[in-house]
Amino acid sequence: MRPVAPVKTLRIDGRDLSGRQEETILDVARQNGIFIPRLCEMDGLTDVGACRLCLVEIKGQNKLLPACVTSVEEGMEVTTDSERLQGYRKMILELLLTERNHVCSVCVSNGHCELQMLAQRLGITHVHFPYRFPKEEVDASHDRFVIDHNRCILCTRCVRVCDEIEGAHTWDIMGRGIDAKVITDLNEPWGTSETCTSCGKCVHVCPTGALFEKGRSVAEMLKRRQFLPYLTMMREENE
Amino acid sequence: MPSYVAKPTPPNQDKRWKLVDATIRRQGQQQRGLIETLHTVQEAFGYLDAQALRYVAMSLRVPLSRAYGVATFYHFFTLKPAGEHTCVICMGTACYIKGSQQLLDAVQRDLGIVPGETTADKKVSLLTARCLGSCGLAPAVVYDQEVAGKVGTPAIREHLKKWTHA
Amino acid sequence: MTPEELDQIAETEREAQSKFTQRVNVCVAAGCLSCQSQSVKDALDQEVTRRGTKDHCQVKGVGCMGLCSEGPLVSTNTGVLYKKVEATDGGAILDSLDGAPVSRLVCPTDVPFFQRQKKIVLENSGIIDPDRVEDYVAANGYTALIKALTEMTSREVTEQITRSGLRGRGGAGYPTGLKWSTVSKSVGTQKYVICNADEGDPGAFMDRSVLESDPHRVLEGMLIAAYAVGASEGYIYVRAEYPLAIKRLRTAIRQAEHIGLLGSNICGTRFSFRVDLRLGAGAFVCGEETALIASVEGKRGTPRPRPPYPAMEGLFGAPTLINNVETFANIAPIIRNGGEWYAGIGTEKSKGTKVFALAGRVENTGLVEVPMGISLREMVFDIGGGIPDGRKFKAVQTGGPSGGCLPSDCLDMPVDYESLARAGSIMGSGGMIVMDESSCMVDVAKYFMDFCMTESCGKCIPCRVGTYQMHRILTAIGNMTATPQDMKMLEELCDLLKHTSLCGLGQSAPNPVVSTLRSFAEEYRAHIEDHKCPAGVCGAQPAEERETA
Repeated sequence: MRPVAPVKTLRIDGRDLSGRQEETILDVARQNGIFIPRLCEMDGLTDVGACRLCLVEIKGQNKLLPACVTSVEEGMEVTTDSERLQGYRKMILELLLTERNHVCSVCVSNGHCELQMLAQRLGITHVHFPYRFPKEEVDASHDRFVIDHNRCILCTRCVRVCDEIEGAHTWDIMGRGIDAKVITDLNEPWGTSETCTSCGKCVHVCPTGALFEKGRSVAEMLKRRQFLPYLTMMREENE
Repeated sequence: MPSYVAKPTPPNQDKRWKLVDATIRRQGQQQRGLIETLHTVQEAFGYLDAQALRYVAMSLRVPLSRAYGVATFYHFFTLKPAGEHTCVICMGTACYIKGSQQLLDAVQRDLGIVPGETTADKKVSLLTARCLGSCGLAPAVVYDQEVAGKVGTPAIREHLKKWTHA
Repeated sequence: MTPEELDQIAETEREAQSKFTQRVNVCVAAGCLSCQSQSVKDALDQEVTRRGTKDHCQVKGVGCMGLCSEGPLVSTNTGVLYKKVEATDGGAILDSLDGAPVSRLVCPTDVPFFQRQKKIVLENSGIIDPDRVEDYVAANGYTALIKALTEMTSREVTEQITRSGLRGRGGAGYPTGLKWSTVSKSVGTQKYVICNADEGDPGAFMDRSVLESDPHRVLEGMLIAAYAVGASEGYIYVRAEYPLAIKRLRTAIRQAEHIGLLGSNICGTRFSFRVDLRLGAGAFVCGEETALIASVEGKRGTPRPRPPYPAMEGLFGAPTLINNVETFANIAPIIRNGGEWYAGIGTEKSKGTKVFALAGRVENTGLVEVPMGISLREMVFDIGGGIPDGRKFKAVQTGGPSGGCLPSDCLDMPVDYESLARAGSIMGSGGMIVMDESSCMVDVAKYFMDFCMTESCGKCIPCRVGTYQMHRILTAIGNMTATPQDMKMLEELCDLLKHTSLCGLGQSAPNPVVSTLRSFAEEYRAHIEDHKCPAGVCGAQPAEERETA
């Protein structure tokens, strides 16, 4: 039996709520149906606080804080959806859309893509920063899966699920800054990877159409995520 | 939990692997020794190739992709062999204010390569540095480990000519 | 090593030194070495041997004397400083020790560059031999450590540091005493002390100089810190680009181990401390504490969100104290002379001295240590000797890629943490680059944005893509192709990066742009509306016409 963690009461968007000490603002918001956008966070994986979409305002704090890694505190007053936050989130998403080549109409994930859904939800009608139009490769060397770097947003969910859940650590990031890229092994074709177990977890946690199963055509790539909370829970029980 | 992956043997008979092995041992064959070991490899061999990365990763029990990720994150590491000579132009602020961009422009034109590249005849590699800490002598250039201060365009051209026509 | 044994070393060394009636010090720090000072020293050595005066004339390699632009520098026990010395000058300098100075080589020292300085961090630089621990000990080295270990509790040590008002010299200016007391209060059986010697600011070389000139001073500071916070292991994270500093640090660590000042049960107390080097590999972001920790752990140097702060959860998850080289170099004198003494120097909120790397378009370039609160005008025109070639002062850049450009109306501002921040820059690590009218402020902003873009680790979106977009806009302005719409976007991005980036690199990346927009808006306007670069730097002029002088 786990010891009962102390409960903290806090206010999110004017609602009085409570959460356990080790929970984050995002956890509590999610339990109470309060929507906070995020792309790198995924229940069951370590949080990295990288996408900056879940930044929230906390009364008495100068800085905006990422909801995914900020623990709840007694008496905290959180605002998740101010005009200022909306402005920043739109700009961050716009920057993401200019970074690589996101063309929904030809994408396997059209209609099921987290990036697309967020853009719609935040009301992005046009992108006012110029597009980069980089030339990114598509690696279809694996028997069952494909990675299309044009659609990768570097959220590192694939890296984390492969390392933390599957234990293979086939994926990682190479380079840095705008040139960063996800790789398998020593930046070798995925199909030749000695460490990949072909479990497919990376494909299913990928928020966009960057990772998909072979043979899927436009809008056909539905992703299954139910395995992740289950695997995480079972691991915790075994520890 | 015991591990059944034995420590790999060096890729070949090259004696320089002994230096690498010494660093690996000093780091207790632990993941934390990755960067130190890569420094040793680069010092011994001049660059990090796939074979070396694989050997180091396996010896330190570091995932291959992480080793590659680290090797490409830090600009001090290079995955390609350097030319016979190396010319490093400092692009620190003090050097920039005193015209290092013009030096770089001239060298790029003369050699026909951009920083990070080596001439086709493998004679000269051109690199830039983020600050050599020789700001008092700006603009600074390093010719094969030798720092030269207050370098002008004619001087750098002259120096490179000696290398390319040698 | 007991206090008595240390005294013995100092006594023996002083006695040995007193036998020399003639002393010639040659700077063998990187600046002068790149002007062939080693051959000057070798020539002097040979000449002394040839003359058979070895027993009373000492030729010593020493650390930085400051005026790097006039190197190689040589000083003598007759109080004369020689500049631009060549190997062939050796005989003349030795002759001068019994007579008149060699007038053609004399570098006047009665000028503001030397007179206005106050040396605490650099007190041994240019005086002691950095490769000999005996020389450091003879100059009261390690007495502060002995005092701390034998006469003070760890809490008393931290109290003195707090009382001194010392603030972190790496850039942000966080109170050092407060940091120490947080780490000492953190619970953990294993704690670490890390010295950040990854001087990444492109225009700063203070830390390199301290490491090359007085490495034991840094070790002593780390030892005292470790005693104060209860750490038993330490790392010095030093740039691989500084081979000489690395070599001298390695020597210093070996010597300190040899005489028992590093290792187990130091001075017969229960205090044990070991230090190892870790080489940085060219990543500016590793100046950020959490990224530095990742790098010491052998990983990609990407920062992580704070809290938890390294003081609670740092290296390998243990409480970790991180200070930079200059901060550690201030510790021994504070313990020796007391916190009150240090607090008597400087301004109300910025205590002590600061070392600056003065460079750019200024007569005297090199390393200077001045009391906090000195005005920028004194820095540039008195110490720096003004702008060469009769040109006009335009701006001084402090704080590197995280700082800003201060225009002429800031010249009478005191140099301290608060004033610089108010003026839109930061103290930073101590780079101070002077610019004259030949520098274009748009070009300078583009230069720094290019730096931030290539140094961005790529983890968070605002910094990864934002620095790219800002660099694109600044390039367009430089090419005279930008529109007023671009300017609006640039300002939006400045605001976004400042408030949403994960770490200090991204948050401060807009500073060079914001500060130049604030003080030099006219130059931006000229590029966009008139398609002209007032300084004549930007645009499609052939590079040949802009050759360096």
